[in-house]
Amino acid sequence: MIVLNKDTIKIEKEQDVVFFRNRVAEYADKIKMGLVNKTKLLTAASELVRNMLRYANGGKVLCEIISHATLQTGVRLTFSDQGPGIPDIEKAMQDGYSTGKSLGLGLPGAKRLVSIFDIKTQLGKGTTVTITKWKNG
Amino acid sequence: MEKIPILKMGDFLLVTVQIDLYDRLALNLEADLVNMINKHQAKGVLIDISAVNIVDSFMGRILSNIAQMSKILDALTVVVGMQPAVAITLIELGLPMTGVRTALNVEKGMELLKRNRILDSEEEETTSTDEDDSAE
Ligand SMILES: Nc1ncnc2c1ncn2[C@@H]1O[C@H](COP(=O)(O)OP(=O)(O)OP(=O)(O)O)[C@@H](O)[C@H]1O
Ligand SMILES: [Mg+2]
Repeated sequence: MIVLNKDTIKIEKEQDVVFFRNRVAEYADKIKMGLVNKTKLLTAASELVRNMLRYANGGKVLCEIISHATLQTGVRLTFSDQGPGIPDIEKAMQDGYSTGKSLGLGLPGAKRLVSIFDIKTQLGKGTTVTITKWKNG
Repeated sequence: MEKIPILKMGDFLLVTVQIDLYDRLALNLEADLVNMINKHQAKGVLIDISAVNIVDSFMGRILSNIAQMSKILDALTVVVGMQPAVAITLIELGLPMTGVRTALNVEKGMELLKRNRILDSEEEETTSTDEDDSAE
């Protein structure tokens, strides 16, 4: 696998989200990702960045364009924060589970919208969510 | 601070969202709309989101809130012009857009509001009957 482009964006306040979304859209356009896939990627990204601000007081996102020799080209986003971590990931990944009196759709919904979804968390240390959306998938 | 303009057209309020809403803007719109409905006794709200590229769970919830609050204030909210890619994404995300009526475009949305208005006034005229067979 090779990384063609990369950029790290700090997320500290709401306004950073707009800048971040634009960068993700730019990366998706660069590899000519179709509109539906791009919309799904942007929406998943929006959910994850919102979680980061809400539950972990912000963090950073590594944005990359990646390419596999045999597979495809895609956009990979790595959201990392140093928040409280998630006590029960299995629960958090279920539709309807929320500690924030919300709908509990962000994590499971984001997973449905992307090609690859990975979450790692450590209590007291933070959470890292990595998503990849292939250009054609 | 940026604001989303709300136009008054007779009994109706018209909102055209031209940019992707960030949270503060969306929350302000929600509050402004409720105030305007109340102040002008509006009977319908038309929200045109044809220029919106992303509706995430937060935005979806705001639209749903607006629809439900306007209902309490006796106004119908219709969301028009949702891009197909946005609609597909919302379904996969799993967001229930409770109480939100949709229409293809502004014209169709206006028709819906007007028809609803006529039904409403007919209901007022034939007061005393308790029957309610209007389909939800
Ligand atoms: N970055 C994070 N750090 C700590 N906890 C998190 C983080 N992201 C999610 N969580 C926890 O996982 C739960 C589920 O997250 P999810 O995004 O699915 O739902 P939600 O944010 O509660 O609701 P919604 O996204 O529908 O508004 C959250 O309520 C929160 O407890
Ligand atoms: Mg969330």
